[in-house]
Amino acid sequence: MSNKLIDLQNISKSYGSNIILDEMNLYIRENEFLTLLGPSGCGKTTTLRIIGGFETPDKGQVIFDKKDISKLPPNKRQLNTVFQKYALFTHMTIAENIAFGLKIKNKSKTYIDDKIKYALKLVNLDGFDHRMPDSLSGGQQQRIAIARAIVNEPKVLLLDEPLGALDLKLRQDMQYELIRLKNELGITFIYVTHDQEEALTMSDTIVVMNQGYIQQIGTPEDIYNEPENAFVADFIGDSNIISSTMVRDELVDILGAKFTCVDTGFGENKPVDVVIRPEDVELTAPEAGTIQGVVTHIIFKGVHYEMEVTANGFEWLVHSTKMYEVGTKVGIYIDPFNIQIMHKPVSEDEEAVSIDE
Amino acid sequence: MNRKWMSTPYLVWSIAFIIIPLCMVFYYGFTDKTGAFTLANIIAITMEEHMKALWLSMLLSFISTIICILLAYPLALILCNLSVNQNSFLVLIFILPMWMNFLLRTLAWQTLLEKTGVINSILTSLHLPPLTIINTPYAIILGMVYNFLPFMVLPIYNSLSKIDPNVVNAARDLGANSIQTFFKVIFPLSLPGVISGITMVFVPALTTFVISNLLGGSKILLIGNVIEQEFTQTNNWNLGSGLSIVLMIFIIISIIISTITDKDGEGSSL
Repeated sequence: MSNKLIDLQNISKSYGSNIILDEMNLYIRENEFLTLLGPSGCGKTTTLRIIGGFETPDKGQVIFDKKDISKLPPNKRQLNTVFQKYALFTHMTIAENIAFGLKIKNKSKTYIDDKIKYALKLVNLDGFDHRMPDSLSGGQQQRIAIARAIVNEPKVLLLDEPLGALDLKLRQDMQYELIRLKNELGITFIYVTHDQEEALTMSDTIVVMNQGYIQQIGTPEDIYNEPENAFVADFIGDSNIISSTMVRDELVDILGAKFTCVDTGFGENKPVDVVIRPEDVELTAPEAGTIQGVVTHIIFKGVHYEMEVTANGFEWLVHSTKMYEVGTKVGIYIDPFNIQIMHKPVSEDEEAVSIDE
Repeated sequence: MNRKWMSTPYLVWSIAFIIIPLCMVFYYGFTDKTGAFTLANIIAITMEEHMKALWLSMLLSFISTIICILLAYPLALILCNLSVNQNSFLVLIFILPMWMNFLLRTLAWQTLLEKTGVINSILTSLHLPPLTIINTPYAIILGMVYNFLPFMVLPIYNSLSKIDPNVVNAARDLGANSIQTFFKVIFPLSLPGVISGITMVFVPALTTFVISNLLGGSKILLIGNVIEQEFTQTNNWNLGSGLSIVLMIFIIISIIISTITDKDGEGSSL
């Protein structure tokens, strides 16, 4: 894998008695699309602002290309930011907005003109040179903000919830657009969002954060299929999180029933958390299931039905393309590979919290 | 639509105290003592003493406005960069004098600046030469700046505080240092506030006669004083009205200029 471009070492930041980041360590490799994901107040935006130079960490160092840049002001850093709500210069035309960074660097007029043309083409807005930012839609303004940042040829592009203000359809289009841009430009993207779907779609690496701590770092597949704790499991997609007991290797007691699983090394009769994704809960005839329950709720979701099944005192969330009427007695079967065993949280910070976003 | 009647008191008020007096000014301005139509009262502005007063008014108002901008802009910047608590306290300190009567404040300056006033007494007791400020144009400028400064600070503060901090961050991010950021981004974005501040200082300064009366003695005549004298002393309402119309034209021009440049209505928030 390519080398570390940015290395955050022991970063701490607090406002008054409010600790935002605590001894955070994280590195970002060259050419990586890394997403900082978490609920509001988890420290993801502060992390981005520390990398961008808009905040100084109380403790720790920001290493960029093997040099400590912790004390450098934003204008001396080789990276550019795409801000939430675009932050375009409303008193300048689109062309002047894009040229801003280049004019500061005293580039020649022909160079700047070429760059403006190139950038507008890249974001599919040719011919918008002389428009004012106010006359553009949100999606267009966002693309101008990206164009304004990338003409400076930064090594790293920081994006602070850039799609937050856009509607769903546009957001999805822009996600593909960003992946395309990333591949065309070949630069490192650091992306901040609270939208797990956005993170799963675009990232090479996802960093799940909560209350100033990194909960898990991994590929989208890792994060989704093998969440390290209940918070990650709960934050990334829907899941059934059940407090259970690990009887011995490859056997777990879930709500009084014994399930075979594939995990080992948790010890004997140890309390654990079990995560089962709703699409991995298989409904069968009552006698074919490991445990039996009754369907209590059903909603049609388009691709699948979302059902709630009460079994052994737990409300199971089930996604299935097959429909079961409310009141039907069903059996529940789970493939051993789909049972994800996690250690009980050691600190409060890792505990699952309800997420209202 | 049925609530239209609720605007009746306002309508009556504006007819009685704005429309009718204005019509009377126009009537007197375009007639002579016998009631016959004439343009003499308007043309009277070209008389040397009137031109001198108008020119002096414009000059002193202009200087006061410039001084107000130079004082108000840094102050507004400081106010914007303070936390909410400190900020509201400072704004209060600043607005506090505005709650006191305008005349009273100007009279207080008279007492301070007089030949044997507070300032000169202090200077004499320190064996320093006394200053002659009262009854000079400097005293008038001082009075104008003192009285109208808040009207410059507030619109500038208003437009500065509306700038999204991320727009400033974006400029820094794109490589601008703090000075470039100020001149390329912060100042242009605050310009509407500066322009409405200019109108709000320049127009009242141009028409004042109280400040020049109290701090300029009776020797320095501004156009406001000339008009006041025509009404109160010479009893020539026709000439007073004619000169008022000319002054009104100057004011309307400056308001038009400011509305063209101030599209967002920064000043209307005051």
